[in-house]
Amino acid sequence: MSEIGELVEKIKGKFPQAVEETVSFQDEHTIRIKREHLLEVAKFLKEEPDYDFNFLSDLCGVDYMGKDPRFEVVYHLYSLTHTHRLRVKVSLPDNDPTIPSVASLWKTADWHERECYDLLGITFSGHPDLTRILTPEGFKEYPLRKDFPLKGR
Amino acid sequence: MEVASEMKKETITLNMGPQHPSTHGVLRVVLEMDGEVITRATPVIGYLHRGIEKLAESKTYNQVITLTDRLDYTSPFINNLAYVLTVEKLLGLEVPLRAQYIRVLLTEITRIQSHLVWLGTHALDLGAMSPLLYCFREREETLDMFEMVGGARMNQSYFRIGGLAGDLPEGFVDKVSEFSKVLPSRIEGYETLLTKNKIWLCRTKDVGIISGEDGIALGLSGPSLRASGVKWDLRKSNPYSSYEHFDFEIPTGKTGDVYDRYLVRMEEMRQSNRIIAQVLDKLPSGEINAYSPKVVPPSKEKVVNSIESLIIHFHIMTEGFEVPKGEAYCSVESSKGELGFYVVSDGSNKP
Repeated sequence: MSEIGELVEKIKGKFPQAVEETVSFQDEHTIRIKREHLLEVAKFLKEEPDYDFNFLSDLCGVDYMGKDPRFEVVYHLYSLTHTHRLRVKVSLPDNDPTIPSVASLWKTADWHERECYDLLGITFSGHPDLTRILTPEGFKEYPLRKDFPLKGR
Repeated sequence: MEVASEMKKETITLNMGPQHPSTHGVLRVVLEMDGEVITRATPVIGYLHRGIEKLAESKTYNQVITLTDRLDYTSPFINNLAYVLTVEKLLGLEVPLRAQYIRVLLTEITRIQSHLVWLGTHALDLGAMSPLLYCFREREETLDMFEMVGGARMNQSYFRIGGLAGDLPEGFVDKVSEFSKVLPSRIEGYETLLTKNKIWLCRTKDVGIISGEDGIALGLSGPSLRASGVKWDLRKSNPYSSYEHFDFEIPTGKTGDVYDRYLVRMEEMRQSNRIIAQVLDKLPSGEINAYSPKVVPPSKEKVVNSIESLIIHFHIMTEGFEVPKGEAYCSVESSKGELGFYVVSDGSNKP
């Protein structure tokens, strides 16, 4: 198993109640964790020297309309020192799409979370300034959701 | 007698609206100014959002390649490459070596061309008006090369899932090799105009300093992060498309000011040229597309001569192909930094 593969196993061992599943595809590893444990696990991933995920490559949301839980927030983490990547996913139900913000750990998450909120309607608690970023002022809908038509309303 | 006079100071809020000559596109910045000094600048973005993610959901995998071209239109091939690599990863396709080398060649020419645009416009914004024309003169040569290969000067969509749209035309390799020989002297020319120029130094040295840690925390990548001293280049740290076969350096800066970012990009152009020379030297012959009948359409001769090939070609072009359920993230080092695509497939022919 590759080094990152072993590290992923160790995360499962350290946070057994947080990790819902781990997937490995080609050279990518994904862990799905519960939203209550997000900040704990994220802090661990960032600060622990073996992992050292100091770079948040991407933070996005995916809308799996028709599935429950409907939304998923996906974090792509990268470590500049170890050059390994990890994908962290958190599933959110349709009726309560809120999740703690990681902007305190990775400053870049600030705008990514704003975009996620703007386009998908996922609320990030603890965010310094959760306002719409891309859609015009006064826009009420969430365009990237699957029930929003391509040509708009 | 004391006269207490209080001067009431107020900052004015100025809107640097979406259309403005120096914003190169649409960017709105709300400035709080104390006289002529900007105390706070809040960017308001979204004017250039084209809904590419939403559009991509309604197109087949091949059609999305045309969308990716237009993301950063100064570096079309690099955007293509990032997307195509991600889908190939999802499909588990292995691209033949010749195609990989050609991809590297075109990506590096794109990087040079993108840096030329940067240099010309950056110098123009700071008051140096002559480099613009020289840079664009070089860029014309690269655009001619792109036209030879892809049929269009920009936004060629030449990379395809599985390899390339077609092989290199005759005369292409000679043209690139001529350009590659002339480029170092041209870069010298730009350096002579700018690098030790007093006005340039005054306007760029110790301006806009970003420290390495700030850069990492804010998600900065590419030449700007390298100018802050962080030696990270995806082509070296997580090589893709056979970059590990080539020998090149990663320039870094020390202070992270505008001048360092300028120096890093100039050096990057030289290093890209170095990679181009190596690719031309080592270019192997062979197939340009992976063997995958469901994904890669058959060649034109086959299509014209055989009915089965015609049917397969038609099917691939109209309905696309199905990608197994899953997700992949692949990122490349584009001229501006890390460009990655996260593609989630639900098993159908559309992302």
